[in-house]
Amino acid sequence: MTEYKGVVVYGELIDGKLPSITTESLGCGRSLANELNEDLSCVLASDAVGSGPQEAIAFGADRVYTVEDPLLKEYQGDTHIQIAEKIARTISPRIILTGQTSIGRDLAPRLAFRLKTGLSTDCIDLSIDPETKLLQQTKPVYGGNAQAIFTCDIMPQIVTIRAKAMSPIERDGSRKGEVIPTKFEIDTSAIRTKVVEKVREEVAGLKLEDAPVIVSGGRGIGGPEPFKTTLKELADLLHGAVGATRPPADHGWVPEAMHIGLTGKIVAPDLYIAIAISGASQHIAGCSGSKTLVAINKDPEANIFREAEFGVVGRYEEVVPAFTQKLKDLLAK
Amino acid sequence: MPDMNIIVCCKQVPDPDAPPSVFKVDTAANRMSLPPDMKPVIGQYDEFALEAALRIKDKAHGKITVLSLGNNIVRDVIKKTLAVGGDELILLEDAAFENGDSWSIAYALAMAIKKVGQYDLIFCGRESSDWDAGQVGLGIAEILGIPAVTLARKVEVSNGKARVEQVIPDGYQVIEVVLPAMITVTSELGSLRYAALKGIMAAAKKQPTVWKPADIGLEPSQVGAAGRIAKLARLFQPVKEGKCEMVEGESPAEAGANLAVRLRAAKIL
Repeated sequence: MTEYKGVVVYGELIDGKLPSITTESLGCGRSLANELNEDLSCVLASDAVGSGPQEAIAFGADRVYTVEDPLLKEYQGDTHIQIAEKIARTISPRIILTGQTSIGRDLAPRLAFRLKTGLSTDCIDLSIDPETKLLQQTKPVYGGNAQAIFTCDIMPQIVTIRAKAMSPIERDGSRKGEVIPTKFEIDTSAIRTKVVEKVREEVAGLKLEDAPVIVSGGRGIGGPEPFKTTLKELADLLHGAVGATRPPADHGWVPEAMHIGLTGKIVAPDLYIAIAISGASQHIAGCSGSKTLVAINKDPEANIFREAEFGVVGRYEEVVPAFTQKLKDLLAK
Repeated sequence: MPDMNIIVCCKQVPDPDAPPSVFKVDTAANRMSLPPDMKPVIGQYDEFALEAALRIKDKAHGKITVLSLGNNIVRDVIKKTLAVGGDELILLEDAAFENGDSWSIAYALAMAIKKVGQYDLIFCGRESSDWDAGQVGLGIAEILGIPAVTLARKVEVSNGKARVEQVIPDGYQVIEVVLPAMITVTSELGSLRYAALKGIMAAAKKQPTVWKPADIGLEPSQVGAAGRIAKLARLFQPVKEGKCEMVEGESPAEAGANLAVRLRAAKIL
């Protein structure tokens, strides 16, 4: 019988760097490995892994398996599943962690079904049951209206973790670890998809994920213009970025890249100003990590006031310009 | 182009747009407790998946078969899939199908798809709006051994291939995939069209086909709760403090100005 041991993070590389979701996964993996008294490994598969392996070690990995192949330049499920499956079957980890990103969302279910084991996606808390040693996998369900804790007694236990839900460990460049370059022949006959074109639809200005202040608008904004005027003016004043809930993105009022929520971006700014946002759980899932949430809504019963720390009831068309003007005066002093 | 056979998986779920206050957990039974008069809906993403299928049918000849798995599936609700242009409706409906996980649901759907036999495209929503797992579509593709593309915002078919615009962070990429393939659809594809009166009348006369586990070659022990891999240990609702400080004024504008003063005083700005 196979002995399943250790924790593996299936990492991502963006322009040769570890994105925050991967350092967060490593931070979470490190604490789980410590609880189990086992090792933490990281898998990095790309056309060139660069300094990724050393960074993964600095962020907590004991061991890094690297696979380099020109075919891995763009993420494709049909290539990465081959590597993920091979490594899972070779090193038999107890736990596999990856990010709830477009890559993790695509890869983790393929892997779980291929290995005939369970998967919990979008976990916000993970811990080891001291008695059974099973991973307790907490994830929001019903659009964030409830949370569920899952366990799975088939190994490996696979989970994806929500961005910003876990903390990386402090980077330590002096940490020692082993890098294991792994030769892997990708079966090209199993690649049934082809990336024909990649189009970037970048939003000008500050990236939402990095913005310390976010001014966000919902369905109640009513159209595309106020996002470019009323909301943008406030965001610019506070050196922040403009975001939106799903309806404005679906209606094409704003690009999808501005969509914050369960199926959009997950943000955790110092200040989140929610304007004409009712506070559907699916949106809250994307901004609940904000330090301070301020809500402006004409409906005093809106759910957003249950989430907010400060609130104003009133039409945003009247409240926001006055708020912006007063702030301008105060900040000028 | 030969006729396209398209399968769309649609799940009946509690309305995710219902106010959060109606979502209660029955902690003793470890399940959601929703008001009995709350009408279910077709999962939002499943509706986008159906729209993707209809747009292909608009251009090419084809047949759309809708599959839905559950128990007590409300006919009025699920028949909307026929009213908007679906051709056939198959319900995997039995008490044994209840409380499944991604694994047992995908397995039963894959077995049903095998029984349907002919298919070029399978569309699923990116995730259901109850358990928010996002696994079933990819699971079906793995079980059937067919390629999969996730998070589609546009799908077109030509020469035995599908051309899919897949949403990625900060943009999209165009992916070509050989058929048959499974594609999950995201909200940017666009809302499901409204049913025309003619479609509603026609749908009213159609009866869905109902399959039990045995009809797809499965034992009751392989489906629903009995067929689960993931165990639900606990369902709960975190306690919210909910103490919002309301900032007021003689007018909305004054309240706005007062908010600026208050945030400044609290050293938030």
